Amino acid sequence: MDIIVCVKHVPDTTEAEVRIRPDKKDIEKEGLPLKINEWDEYAAEEAILIKERLGGTVVAITVGPPEAEATLRRVLAKGADMAIRVWDDSLEGSDGYVIAKVLAKTIEAKGLKYDLILTGAQAADDGFAVVGPMLAELLGIPHATLVKKEEILDGRIRVHRELEGGLEEVVELELPALLTIQTGINEPRYVSVMGIRRAKKKPLEVLSLSDIGMGPDEVGPAGSWLEVEELFLPPAERVAEIIPGSPAEEAAKLLEILKSRGLI
Amino acid sequence: MMVGPIFVLAEHRAGELRDITFEMLTKGHELAEGLGTELVAILLGHEVDGMAQELAKWANRVLYVSDPLLKNFNADAYQAVLAHLIGERKPILTMIGHTAYGIDVAPSLAVQLGLPIATDCLDLCFEDGRLCVVRQVYGGKVNVRARLKEASSYIVTVRQAAFQPGEYGPLSGEVERVECPIKEEPKGRKFIGIVTPPPGAVDITAADVIVSVGRGIRDKENIPMIEELAELLGGVVACSRPIVDKGWLPKDRQVGSSGKTVKPKLYLAIGISGAFQHVVGMKDSELIIAINKDPKAPIFRFSDYGIVDDLFKVVPELIKQLKEIKGQA
Ligand SMILES: Cc1cc2nc3c(=O)[nH]c(=O)nc-3n(C[C@H](O)[C@H](O)[C@H](O)COP(=O)(O)OP(=O)(O)OC[C@H]3O[C@@H](n4cnc5c(N)ncnc54)[C@H](O)[C@@H]3O)c2cc1C
Ligand SMILES: Nc1ncnc2c1ncn2[C@@H]1O[C@H](COP(=O)(O)O)[C@@H](O)[C@H]1O
Repeated sequence: MDIIVCVKHVPDTTEAEVRIRPDKKDIEKEGLPLKINEWDEYAAEEAILIKERLGGTVVAITVGPPEAEATLRRVLAKGADMAIRVWDDSLEGSDGYVIAKVLAKTIEAKGLKYDLILTGAQAADDGFAVVGPMLAELLGIPHATLVKKEEILDGRIRVHRELEGGLEEVVELELPALLTIQTGINEPRYVSVMGIRRAKKKPLEVLSLSDIGMGPDEVGPAGSWLEVEELFLPPAERVAEIIPGSPAEEAAKLLEILKSRGLI
Repeated sequence: MMVGPIFVLAEHRAGELRDITFEMLTKGHELAEGLGTELVAILLGHEVDGMAQELAKWANRVLYVSDPLLKNFNADAYQAVLAHLIGERKPILTMIGHTAYGIDVAPSLAVQLGLPIATDCLDLCFEDGRLCVVRQVYGGKVNVRARLKEASSYIVTVRQAAFQPGEYGPLSGEVERVECPIKEEPKGRKFIGIVTPPPGAVDITAADVIVSVGRGIRDKENIPMIEELAELLGGVVACSRPIVDKGWLPKDRQVGSSGKTVKPKLYLAIGISGAFQHVVGMKDSELIIAINKDPKAPIFRFSDYGIVDDLFKVVPELIKQLKEIKGQA
């Protein structure tokens, strides 16, 4: 099995204070911790698990600036054989459609062979959930999204897709195919600092737009379907009253509220 | 120039139209009125005449394709049929649910047809013929208003529960059956079946009090503390998705779009950020209280009360004080 896995390096905003840039086109990224997109951690793990089971190769691709190499190194440390990073400053502000085109062009330009392509179900930052299926369409291969289980058969792959409410849909695709991976499909292995250091010996190729036969007018805002007008803070559905005080006081007040409502 | 109709792809499962269908039809109705065009419900399936009649109350027209090839959802079959209908009727907008079905078909359909798409939209409007959308980014901490590149036809996927199914009509739309444009099963993709999860040991949907825990709990070893709190409150423990992904609690405890929808008297969210896929499963609870150390966590926008603090300080206090109260009683 030759597998390509697409990974994205994203800001980790779960606990960070998110500030909107003065031009309102994005958030202030300075100082935010960056990491592999959570869904891609599972996708990369699944690629390595398949390789360990059946042999073959795993190539990781990212479209991102130099700091995105940290995510590629992480996937190499897990067991990928090779990594590719594509970047040009004109890619800044690209939507999912542009990213899918760049990935497709990269695969074609490098003549990469693949039986399977894995992506995450969605990126934690933009949350489009489009790059995987768009890439499949551009390459003319079948796809399945939100995959929670896979089994490779003869020339086909059987997957469980997650539906709402805990239901699963079982589908068979002809190989080569693309899957978008949902969290929980596996238990991503621990990656040590030593492992990442050792992976520095593995090949990591850097490509420019011209290397893949694309021009700046096809990417960034010019090539995108979505144009950001402005970011703003979401309105509240309920206005939470914040309970002040020390932990003991907070707890006491909370219990008082529950008591007043007959909940304890 | 006449503006093309607004298409809404009806989503159904096991013979039932799903809520998202009516949510989209309501928004679609408003947009169609604004543009002075028709609202058209698109229904794909097999032996779906009953559903077509139901949809006719909600739309100016129902286009339905009934064929054994469409008996089960198949993204490839759906894509082929939708591409045909869009090519023929030239809608200004096609609305599809941002659901497990919708996101399997919409992005590749957009690429096939070369039509601009925006996914997971919370709101939509037309400004000078151009479609504007509101989406959420960075785990729900920020919203973004975006415009789509000018085109004669657009595709969007719509977030569940973003719109309230409204009351208008009944419209008694015309029901029009369309010949199935595909003649054989898609080559690359085959539907095998649906797997229903086994019923769990605990039914969280029946509980009056739910103490729900998220990734902020850090370690499996800290779960018993939450269990103790739930027991003292006479409630059950539930959780966000990462807790299930890690195997710390069983799947039947998961609240959210891919888990359970709950509506208890009290939902206490501990160390949960409030990503939409979680919130959609609990936002209609009577009383919602969140404990989170991040004052900007989206969960507070869905809560009646909030404690901005370290859960490892607050939860032990709650346990201690509850024990004192119980001891006195
Ligand atoms: C198709 C799809 C379906 C999904 N379905 C579901 C679903 O059904 N249910 C679901 O829950 N998710 C679902 N998700 C995942 C969802 O998008 C989020 O990733 C998930 O809900 C995040 O869980 P969390 O809030 O526990 O973790 P995080 O987002 O990591 O948040 C952890 C929170 O804990 C807080 N915290 C950390 N330490 C402390 C401390 N010491 N004290 C207090 N607070 C602390 C942090 O400030 C943070 O806000 C789905 C995603 C997709 C794409
Ligand atoms: N810049 C990128 N480089 C490589 N892969 C990406 C990039 N952006 C998105 N992807 C892949 O596409 C998936 C879905 O992203 P999105 O459609 O942006 O939500 C991610 O989980 C990645 O696997």
